[in-house]
Amino acid sequence: MNYWQPPRIRRYAIAIWHRNVLVWKRLIGPAMVLNFGEPTLYLLGLGYGLGFFIGEMGNMSYIAFLASGIVASSAMTTASFEGMYSVFTRMVPQRTYEAIMATPTDIDDILAGEMLWCGTKAAISGAAILIVALFLGVVKGWQAILVIPVVFLIGLCFAGPAIVMSALAKNYDFFNYYFVLIITPMLITSGVFYPIDTMPQTMQTLVHLLPLTHAVELTRPLITGQPLQQPLLNIAVLSGYAAVSYYIAVVMVRKKLLV
Amino acid sequence: MTSHPAIITARQLQKHYGSYVAVDNIDFNITRGKCFGFLGPNGAGKTTTLRMILGLTPLSAGELTVFDLPVPAQAREVRRRIGAVPQADNLDPDFTVVENLRMYARYFGLKLDAALEQRIDRLLLFANLTERRHARTDTLSGGMQRRLTIARALINDPDLIILDEPTTGLDPQARHVIWSRLNDLREQGKTLLLTTHYMEEAERLCDELVIMDHGKILDQGSPAELIKRHVEPEVIELRGCDAQLIDTIRSKVTDCRIEHLGTSLYCYTHNSGPQLAYLRDEHKLTFLHRPAGLEDVFLKLTGRELRD
Repeated sequence: MNYWQPPRIRRYAIAIWHRNVLVWKRLIGPAMVLNFGEPTLYLLGLGYGLGFFIGEMGNMSYIAFLASGIVASSAMTTASFEGMYSVFTRMVPQRTYEAIMATPTDIDDILAGEMLWCGTKAAISGAAILIVALFLGVVKGWQAILVIPVVFLIGLCFAGPAIVMSALAKNYDFFNYYFVLIITPMLITSGVFYPIDTMPQTMQTLVHLLPLTHAVELTRPLITGQPLQQPLLNIAVLSGYAAVSYYIAVVMVRKKLLV
Repeated sequence: MTSHPAIITARQLQKHYGSYVAVDNIDFNITRGKCFGFLGPNGAGKTTTLRMILGLTPLSAGELTVFDLPVPAQAREVRRRIGAVPQADNLDPDFTVVENLRMYARYFGLKLDAALEQRIDRLLLFANLTERRHARTDTLSGGMQRRLTIARALINDPDLIILDEPTTGLDPQARHVIWSRLNDLREQGKTLLLTTHYMEEAERLCDELVIMDHGKILDQGSPAELIKRHVEPEVIELRGCDAQLIDTIRSKVTDCRIEHLGTSLYCYTHNSGPQLAYLRDEHKLTFLHRPAGLEDVFLKLTGRELRD
């Protein structure tokens, strides 16, 4: 068996996606509290609190700056949590994948479905933040609705690496490495909380290798009504991360489960 | 083509994990419409063989065809026609009984239409779970979970049902229910393939079986053939014997093959008359006189040492 064989995505992926939607619907109450509660608290607390001292940032109110960045970072954390804790639970302790793999639905389909679901969950969290931001008066114009598909793409982009971590993990504690070494540094350096153009040039080049930087470069102008700088590059980087990480995830999970 | 063409053909099947040999060059044919068993101690290679048939474990060497399709190359197509019951239940704990069946149908690409709902109703009836259709799976007893797992394996109306230790861990009542359901399936013309280390299960269910140990097939045949081939027809079993008594019996009881396991003695013979007469007269011993069974064959072929 060739573990490196290119994956084929088929309609079976939709069944996996649908499974997760059904489970999510059952727990919709707590999910909504998290989706709406968290951004509301962050934006009110940091946006107004910190914003009082900061005033304007990047030619906009700090709360607008923060809201348009958090929409991207929250997609990242949502997809990462789902791709790690939930996927690992289904893959290892719950052995849901083992049951599914005895049917014509295989690893390629399962992971494609999980990626779609991570994207969907990111889009739900993005939509919630967009609504909160709308009430706070920082959304400028109808183009902001495009944030939803963008956030879906951001979800795909971070789902793949998270699933790779699930394939590598022996237990849940392993994910701490990924959060501390990858996710948190990215959150701090990718322009969510402050503009990256204040950084030294080398640092700016480096942070442009990170997908979150490209994600913020899409969400911020879309929400605050400013012109997009390099949307095609941003989309290409996010899609590239999504595609390559999906492929690596498929290979890693094949090696883990087909033994 | 004979009247019962093979549904699975394995030739020189091997599986190595580094230097460990899990399946060591085995050949077998599984006949359509029969119940075929893999009998062996833990670590014999039974589960690995089942996983290879499902295309979930790559072969190290050899050839494997299921429904005349090569595996693992065409495993996806093969799995469409197989129902699999794993060793440990892996029902989806996020769903109810009926949702587990519906969701599993989706993984087979089946449409959730009226015909499927009818099949689900029939399967719930078959599994005695109609009353519990809306129960969460974690509220079901072990026997109910097992029956639901078997019902789930039938959702695609499979030609071949693969069961990995179907009654391990169940109480006697639950085991009898499972056995009667498996017999029903065989009568419906399904091919059953099961692994077990319960002799009684193998004797009751299997038309044909292989005895496996250390990745090898030790022998193959119907339970009756295997018993006839390997052991004397009668057994006298003595329990609670101390060392001194064992020595006495070994010297006095002749014309039979004596095996010794812990404080039990097994005396295998073609004609038990003289031994029984001696035991009745000489000792106030409890003994059991019974026809030889698969367990005797199994212990003879695989040895009596403890397995972990």
